[in-house]
Amino acid sequence: MRPVFVFLQVPPHLPFFKLHRLGLALSIFLTIASGVLLATRGLNYGIDFKGGIVMEVKSSTGPVDLEAMRSTLDGLKLGEVALQTFGAPDDVLIRLPRQPGGDDAQNKGAALVRQTLGDKYEFRRTDIVGPKVGGEQIQAGALATLLAMVLIAGYVAFRFEWQFGIGAIVSTFHDVITTLGLFSLLQLEFNLTTLAAILTIAGYSINDTVVIYDRVRETLRKYKVMELPKIVDLALNETLSRTVLTSSVTALAVLALLLFGGEVIRGFSAAMLWGIVIGTYSSLFIAAPLLLYIRPRRSGEILAPSQTMIAK
Amino acid sequence: MLVFQPWKSWTTIIVCVLGVLLALPNLASRATLDKLPSWLPKNQISLGLDLQGGVHLLLEVDLASVTTEQLNNSLDALRTQLIKEKIGYTSLTVDKQQILVTLRDPADAAKLPPLVHTVDADLTVTTQPNGIVTIGFSPQAQTARQTDAVERSINVVRKRIDELGTREPTIAREGADRILVQVPGYDDPEKLKDLIGKTAKLTFQMVDPTGDVEEAQKGHVPPGDELVPAEQSGPKQLNQAFYLLRKRVIVDGGDLLTANFTFRDNEPVIVFKFNASGARRFGDATTQNVGKLFAIVLDGHVLSAPVIREPILGGTGEISGSFTSESAQNLALLLRAGALPAPLTILEQSAVGPDLGADSIRAGTTACVVAVGLVAVFMVLFYGLFGIYADIALFFNLALLIAALSLLGATLTLPGIAGIALTLGMAVDANVLVNERIREEVRMGRTMISAIDAGFTRAYATILDANFTHLIAGGCLFMLGSGPVKGFAVTLCLGILTSLFTTIMVSRLFVIWWLRRRPKLLPI
Repeated sequence: MRPVFVFLQVPPHLPFFKLHRLGLALSIFLTIASGVLLATRGLNYGIDFKGGIVMEVKSSTGPVDLEAMRSTLDGLKLGEVALQTFGAPDDVLIRLPRQPGGDDAQNKGAALVRQTLGDKYEFRRTDIVGPKVGGEQIQAGALATLLAMVLIAGYVAFRFEWQFGIGAIVSTFHDVITTLGLFSLLQLEFNLTTLAAILTIAGYSINDTVVIYDRVRETLRKYKVMELPKIVDLALNETLSRTVLTSSVTALAVLALLLFGGEVIRGFSAAMLWGIVIGTYSSLFIAAPLLLYIRPRRSGEILAPSQTMIAK
Repeated sequence: MLVFQPWKSWTTIIVCVLGVLLALPNLASRATLDKLPSWLPKNQISLGLDLQGGVHLLLEVDLASVTTEQLNNSLDALRTQLIKEKIGYTSLTVDKQQILVTLRDPADAAKLPPLVHTVDADLTVTTQPNGIVTIGFSPQAQTARQTDAVERSINVVRKRIDELGTREPTIAREGADRILVQVPGYDDPEKLKDLIGKTAKLTFQMVDPTGDVEEAQKGHVPPGDELVPAEQSGPKQLNQAFYLLRKRVIVDGGDLLTANFTFRDNEPVIVFKFNASGARRFGDATTQNVGKLFAIVLDGHVLSAPVIREPILGGTGEISGSFTSESAQNLALLLRAGALPAPLTILEQSAVGPDLGADSIRAGTTACVVAVGLVAVFMVLFYGLFGIYADIALFFNLALLIAALSLLGATLTLPGIAGIALTLGMAVDANVLVNERIREEVRMGRTMISAIDAGFTRAYATILDANFTHLIAGGCLFMLGSGPVKGFAVTLCLGILTSLFTTIMVSRLFVIWWLRRRPKLLPI
């Protein structure tokens, strides 16, 4: 049985080297813009991180009148109530900010909402996070992300050369910060699941980068006298079909999650889809071109001095 | 690379068959499984609370209050000792985590250590330069006592939850001072919190007959007394808003043998029975104080303050007063389970109704099936026969992943299901790498067999490196983990491992079998 489609039967000759300055400039811009966004707008933290109350309720009497519900809940004086239908018009997500006064105050707030809305609603989900746990989770999340980046860079440096390790950590950092930037720009909710998506993106992106680096290393060994830009171009073009096909097939799986996985993991799926795009882009336009600047050691370069010594 | 020793082929086949067998029980219902003979595999993946519904609570034991209360107890004993030994002091108080004593004669400080040790051997005495003596627990003793308090709290919480009759609650210690409670299939978080949130510390104390409540409210509480508010929430109000009680506890909840709720004259009451020592102490106290008031105090509020009409010698009694039938029922339950050694704070709560859980399972399964379907079709379209081999490997990958999750008793959460869909999408990357490499080798002019051999060999180093770095990210996610996210990390890491096995062993095995038929044309 033969394949129906063959993608790039012959490797293309895309001028990655010529484009790399454009790519780097774009990425520097994106990184700085993300940094500025994070510093000024910040992230829209979900209750996992800042504490608060989220309830998902389903009305037993048909579509919910959000205005009526809002005025009822505003009467409770629990701070700014955010309401949002969740997948269906009779399904509403209620968000309350963290209640002042420690961990017990959160519970009282949730109990009050439950009493007020009463029997007409089914309480499908109630999540309450007190201030203490929220703070810890921000710390743990930041720590896990940093640790993952350092360990991955360390592994790449160990398996390849330290220059590749730097390339890996820079491109992973780029992916993480631009994803955070996107979340800040669109003010999408940033919660523990999103954080999981970001770590998965880091893993996915590095996977891509390693495949390309592996080919760069192989090409370096094969063509000892070829100029570095040509080597990188060759490696990128030769692995391009794989890069595109793997990204497409993973994107298909994530698309299935986004369309059929339900509201609860929609944020996660959206972050992953973005991550596949940015991860693939950064492997091609950041990780690989960076090698041109931090020039990995080539076997020819070590040989040269010793040969001159023999010649003497 | 293209030679497979028979034992390797057989191991691969056996692992795959075992994987399918171990994954199968997940397709059957629990009831069907129970009817099967015992030698068949029956482990199912346990579903997380977000999928099966239930309540998750993270509680914190107030450890500071454990120490303070123990110091308060020692303080009373110490005061008696100091008076007995005629050691004068100007002040004797508990300040947070230590007792502070100011002696009249600083020279007496030397007499303190032996005295303190008779009160409690774990206490250590330090004399400050300014003459104040501080008494506190040594760090080891304090840790040991706090650990003990957390363990006792867990036991009490377990007893209380067991009274609900739900199946398989998880009550586990987390960190130094936290307790994780998970009650699957239970969807009334408020009731659960009512049950766990109350300390249920019950004491019987005498009311000070000479005390002046009004003076005490202004801050002049007589030594040895305490001012306690009356319970306000019940249907019936007590005569007084505050009571002045003797600090000395006659009997406490720990001496209760049973407590049950019943009706007396159409009013809900709690009938209790003391153990032998409790009955004796209660008998003595009531004999000596006929005609006076005693108070029943729960968590710092007076429940009732009846007059002692006659000595109560049988060790049984009744608490009546401000109860509804529901609150009486709850209190009886709490008294049976015992008091918590320290108050618990609820740090985090998550409650998922059973309907939402069922919806999530449905959505997650649909997404997974669609994802696998899309990936499988994609592989066949782009790689023909080798794509089918990749799909067979993908099927066994899914089976092995489910088998591993079942065997490990791992908990599957909704993000975990997302993790499965995602790993399956990424798993075929290895096949893509191998197949692209084979094509490339053919282009370079190699013969078919040599190209296939080179394709597998060269792609493996890449596959291993790429997967290992991915595993590092998964490991970090696991460490950060809490609840559903941890579940995601587990499926991600296991998925990477099973996909390594299936792509390296299974798809290669199929290619080798295909080569035995001496094909003429490369199908990709």
